[in-house]
Amino acid sequence: MKQFAALVNILGTSTKTNDKLHALQDYFATAPDKDKTWVIAIFSGRRPKRIINSTILQNWCMEVAGISQWLFDECYHTVGDLAETIALLLPDQEAPTGFTAEQSLAHYLETFIRIEKEEEQVKKQFITESWQQMDRNEKFVFNKLITGGFRIGVSQTMMVNALAKTVDTSPSVIAHRISGNWDPAATSFDSLLSESGDTTDFSKPYPFYLAYAIEEDLKNLDAAESWQAEWKWDGIRGQLIRRNNDFFVWSRGEELMTEKFPEYNEFKEQLPDGTVIDGEIISLAVPAEKGVFRPLPFAALQTRIRRKNITKKQLTEAPVGFIAYDLLEYLGEDIRYKPMVERRHLLEKIIAGIDHPAIHISPLIEFSSWDQLGELRKFSRDIGSEGIMLKRKNSPYQVGRKRGDWWKWKIDPLTIDAVMIYAQKGHGRRSNLYTDYTFAVKDGDKLVSFTKAYSGLTDKEFAQVDAFVKRNSIEKFGPVRTVKPELVFEIAFEGIAASNRHKSGVALRFPRMSKWRHDKKPDEINTLDDLKELLKIYNQNGNNGDTV
Amino acid sequence: MALIEFSDKGLYCRQGGFYIDPWKPVDRAVITHAHSDHARWGSKYYLCHHFTKPILQLRLGDNVYETVDWNQPVLMNGVKVSLHPAGHIIGAAQIRVEYEGEVWVASGDYKTEDDGISGTFEPVRCNTFITESTFGLPIYKWKKQVEIFSDIKKWVAQNIEDKKTSVLIAYSLGKAQRVLMPLSEMGLPVFVHGAVWNVHQALVNSGWKLPAVQRVQPDTPKESLAGNIVIAPPSADGSPWMKKFYPYSVGVCSGWMQVRGNARRRNTDAGFALSDHADWDGLLQAVKATGAERVFATHGFQSAFSRYLNEQGIEAGEVKTEYGGEEEVAVAEDINENIAGDAEPFKAPAL
Repeated sequence: MKQFAALVNILGTSTKTNDKLHALQDYFATAPDKDKTWVIAIFSGRRPKRIINSTILQNWCMEVAGISQWLFDECYHTVGDLAETIALLLPDQEAPTGFTAEQSLAHYLETFIRIEKEEEQVKKQFITESWQQMDRNEKFVFNKLITGGFRIGVSQTMMVNALAKTVDTSPSVIAHRISGNWDPAATSFDSLLSESGDTTDFSKPYPFYLAYAIEEDLKNLDAAESWQAEWKWDGIRGQLIRRNNDFFVWSRGEELMTEKFPEYNEFKEQLPDGTVIDGEIISLAVPAEKGVFRPLPFAALQTRIRRKNITKKQLTEAPVGFIAYDLLEYLGEDIRYKPMVERRHLLEKIIAGIDHPAIHISPLIEFSSWDQLGELRKFSRDIGSEGIMLKRKNSPYQVGRKRGDWWKWKIDPLTIDAVMIYAQKGHGRRSNLYTDYTFAVKDGDKLVSFTKAYSGLTDKEFAQVDAFVKRNSIEKFGPVRTVKPELVFEIAFEGIAASNRHKSGVALRFPRMSKWRHDKKPDEINTLDDLKELLKIYNQNGNNGDTV
Repeated sequence: MALIEFSDKGLYCRQGGFYIDPWKPVDRAVITHAHSDHARWGSKYYLCHHFTKPILQLRLGDNVYETVDWNQPVLMNGVKVSLHPAGHIIGAAQIRVEYEGEVWVASGDYKTEDDGISGTFEPVRCNTFITESTFGLPIYKWKKQVEIFSDIKKWVAQNIEDKKTSVLIAYSLGKAQRVLMPLSEMGLPVFVHGAVWNVHQALVNSGWKLPAVQRVQPDTPKESLAGNIVIAPPSADGSPWMKKFYPYSVGVCSGWMQVRGNARRRNTDAGFALSDHADWDGLLQAVKATGAERVFATHGFQSAFSRYLNEQGIEAGEVKTEYGGEEEVAVAEDINENIAGDAEPFKAPAL
């Protein structure tokens, strides 16, 4: 565990990608085999299930450290990370009295699995005794493993690259081998990374090919006719896999979601065996018919993915469909190396053979010049799309986020000017800084809060706002400060939907601060009516039945 | 009438006619220590410990200074004033104020661990204790100095192996002298920033025996710095001045480094939670040792710390001072370092 804790420490604090890569390579070269497999599992989102919720974990910490709830909360808001707060509050490890062998990472994780169904008391004993054996660094990592959300500055790509160097294989091969359904406790490092290992797992998805946003002028790309354009849809990227007479749905986050979308079961039989389709899992209004569909706001899909069990009501209110983008496997053969147009041709054939209103092929946009495409892009929001995807006609299907062959060309966001009214301290590298803000628009002479936003400012601007909050806070409600309504920001967002969870009656999609409007006074901000107008325009277009 | 009032200029003893660490110019100022959020320009008379005077002179220029030794009382209009070691930096004092049998102590900044150069913190019995609370949350529990020094040495050794210069960020007054001790044991030349050099010289000239350092000059050859050790104040971190040391690794010495997020935000290669302030246990231990019936917590987590004291049965209140405001001490000291980093003689900032 010490070795893993040291690795996490380097990954979490190092500012240089190369240092992180070296630390990972060192780890893969020297750590015990079982631990290595677990590290791959953890950094690719395959942690064991949570064995205890964070409130209970907090309680045990308070009990051991002898502090009260409010003081724990103060500490947590200052540290901005639960696992770290607990590690800092627990008493330091006493000098070991007897001989206790250091436990491996695999030991802790496999114990989590073993005691998952046990009584709370068993878990408490295991966790509190483990704490006593650990130094602060180990406690932090151990708590992270319990609380989940292991975001410590290492991407899956980086880990894949380190592995590729260690076993001397190309990163795209490694990315594929570690994808899919495998049990870290039962898989050895060698079998996971060797070629023979991947033949048995029929659910294994391919690594997704992702696009960067295009920043340069389209005219700098080569001739328009070498490119294919499609609408960009706002759902969840996913792969439909039909192999060995079985069916799987994977999300881009490498989560197996087959059970969440019963709609897909209705057409899975019609997919030929040995088929993998890349596309968008998205909520579509019914009735959809062949080639005609209307996307619902992302909020609708959210109601589906959060739930463990889906009710009939949700199925009717937020039906989910699939928009097919690409074909990665055809009749059992990996065809990612083939040019886009060829894959598209085969995809069209497959989708044409399916008779079901939930699955659609992503429509191509006809265009003959970049200017014309620019004009068409203006209709994106009207049809419920968030812009355009450009794919080079002869491009292979690559691994991970790559420049050159695929680009996303999103529409400009909607914006509204608002004043900051609440602030709260951030997490992670923003610990102890006020970086999480709530914004309001005007409603007559009142202010109505309508969104939170955490991003879009530079570190320097955050420091300035933080200083403002500290000097201008009016009241304190737990971690939240009410602030003198003085700072005006332009809030950018991708979509707006009606919501009864918010006082303002709206919910925004991807809100962030796009500009600090130093030039505007609080009485010059937008009004609730402006917001409602946007809601009307945006949703009316959808309701008109504009379809693709 | 309270013996010490919390006025808009600072802690004020009306009976004695003096202020403690005033943040605006006054007639008579009693100074706990020479950090510039406590020792400000413009007062007509300064009373301080005689260790503090040379640094005040460096930073504030020539003024009327009266100096005293530890526990050497001065009478001001019938009020007995004496200074007691605070262990914060060289010369740092707690101010004991006594009038008609009532005793107040203003702690200034303090730490309870003896660092070997700043003097040993002396618990002073009193009725009312005004305590700092910079690190007044139980997440702040420092490792022993010797352990942190060993971490720093390990880090330097690793840098030597990686052929990098070790740039250690430490406040020029206090922390810089403190980390010099372990660094001088590494057998490498130690270079310092101008701000650190100025303080170092002022201390050496007044009789302190400190390990030898070299000042980084514009004409210091790059080769002579390579792979060695540099001590610089926070204001130098990330500035063009650092380019000279490339390739280097930066280590920040500050209590704020206790929390990972702060270290990440500073974009630092290594963080050492080495502080000249008392940690949570140190604050509690100090408060209890005074035997005070009443405690005022200032600059830092004063609201959490005073609430906790009240729960422990010690009457406590929070006081807002201008020694940094809430949690801004790190920033304030950075600004101070900027001022001190300028070439001597020290020019007063506009107030």
